[in-house]
Amino acid sequence: MSLTLAADSTTSQQNWLEKLGPGQIILAVALALYPLAASDFFLTQIGGYSLIFGMLGLSLMMLAGYGGMVSLAQITVAGIAAYAIAILGNNNSNILGFGWPWWLAVPFAVLAAALASALIGWISVRTEGIYTIMITLAIATATYYFAQQNYAIFNGHSGYTGIRAPVFWGVNWRDPRPFYYLCLGSAVLSYAAILYGARSTFGMTVQAIRDNPRRMRALGYHVTAHKVFAWFLAGLVGGLAGVLLVWFNGRVSPGTIGVDAAIDVLIIAVIGGLRHPIGPFLGALVVVLMQTFAIDIVGAERFNTLIGLVFLVIVFVSPDGILGLWEKIKPHLTQESLRSGP
Amino acid sequence: MTESFAANRLQSTGAYALELDGVARHFGALVALSGINMRIAAGERRAVLGSNGAGKTTLFNAVTGDFLPTAGRIRFFGEDITDLPPHERIRRGLRRTYQISQLFKGLSVRDSIFLACRGVSRRRFSLLRPAAADVNMAQAESILNAVHLETHRDTLVATLSHGQQRQLEIALALAGAPRFILFDEPAAGLSPTERRDLVAILNALPKHIGYIIIEHDLDVALRVSEYVSMMHNGRLFKEGTPQEIEADPEVQEIYLGGKHG
Repeated sequence: MSLTLAADSTTSQQNWLEKLGPGQIILAVALALYPLAASDFFLTQIGGYSLIFGMLGLSLMMLAGYGGMVSLAQITVAGIAAYAIAILGNNNSNILGFGWPWWLAVPFAVLAAALASALIGWISVRTEGIYTIMITLAIATATYYFAQQNYAIFNGHSGYTGIRAPVFWGVNWRDPRPFYYLCLGSAVLSYAAILYGARSTFGMTVQAIRDNPRRMRALGYHVTAHKVFAWFLAGLVGGLAGVLLVWFNGRVSPGTIGVDAAIDVLIIAVIGGLRHPIGPFLGALVVVLMQTFAIDIVGAERFNTLIGLVFLVIVFVSPDGILGLWEKIKPHLTQESLRSGP
Repeated sequence: MTESFAANRLQSTGAYALELDGVARHFGALVALSGINMRIAAGERRAVLGSNGAGKTTLFNAVTGDFLPTAGRIRFFGEDITDLPPHERIRRGLRRTYQISQLFKGLSVRDSIFLACRGVSRRRFSLLRPAAADVNMAQAESILNAVHLETHRDTLVATLSHGQQRQLEIALALAGAPRFILFDEPAAGLSPTERRDLVAILNALPKHIGYIIIEHDLDVALRVSEYVSMMHNGRLFKEGTPQEIEADPEVQEIYLGGKHG
């Protein structure tokens, strides 16, 4: 019996490596070695920032792709974690700032974000489709205005400044290279967790509820509870991204959680593709590159036009985003390699 | 005569799987169900017949809690379930199938049945992948075999044929130790061979599992039921054994559109 089990585990390990495939292994190595080649600017402003927004997109992809619930409030969820870090830890805005160590503040901030996400989910799961988008947009907008006008907790328009990534294990995590690895580690962790979770019991229930909530009720599932728990889990990923975002920016203000940012997250997820957790990271990379360099290509007055056009082209050519494009190109590549083979 | 027969059945004592007392359902001015009294013993197999719009599916929806009855009470194995939400009724052993298949198009056949088994287990929220040796996976495998879908276990539900989707529809209702099942036209759109398979599956169900079957195909309905209730315009108007119903001139008039054979 024990022999059989051992043999089984070896097989599954091989399968796991095989499943990973050369593409993912090359990608992992490239991401790990990226700091050797990249300047500080490319490490943080492109690398770190794309990974953070990729995680935000991932949090949306999880709800929209697996659960069929499109949320515009993921930036709000991240914002709550960011504000929590500013309030629980240190800031130089002379308001609140409890001075908690990072290892206490971070779990609390992520948990606060996840609970807020669950609350937003609980409010919005009564709706479907376009109405979920509208109600989450309303919640995001309301939170933005509340943060702007509330001084006791959110410090109004100016928000909080002087928030720093911590120093521990002898590493200053605010330095470009450690910060990039921090973002990469968090992103890989979130990505792997969602990839694994999609095939877990709960992951399957969420997809089944997306396909047919009525039938799920008729199989004994409390559909609302499952949806709200999915929002909670998405909030963990969004909250983690929010912590990294506030460490990246060093500040958080209502502008961080505005409608522009909310739409950016949606664009990232749609551009990248909602079918696979890698999609949002691809989308984030494209969006961050465009937002950074479009201004150099066409000048300050037209850069938004260029960004908009690129998005239009991607969605026009492939409604499934970059992932869909890849699916279209892949068969041709395989055929080419067959032709050029021996 | 029919009324006194029904009254006798109402008075009889014993363990009832399902008891309906004066169940009614109105949609505005439309009376979809009216004064339904029904007693179905544990393990009993009942057919509900009636023309389209007679209220048969509405009756199922009221029992499963898809909507609440306007009036009346429903008891399941002695427990009043009238006000329980659908998932709570399912966890007590009630199952149903749908006239139009209600499946999970993005899931595989085995995963669908696995979820059906897991729905009544405490591990519904598990964040772990089910192991191959998982008890619910094993149950799913045995149900796959029972409904002859074993060669399609990894097939995506969306790509199944209509007949296979109807088989899966039944498989989902058989999962997770049901005590009583409501079958809503399970033979709809099936070929003659598939109908024979369906009859075999229903007749092979363990004796303690009772069911109500709504079925327009009398050949199927009368072969898989011990007792028949006729519905018309939201009311029960006749009950009897399959032979009595088949021979009843009034039934033939309403249901079969005139004399038969």
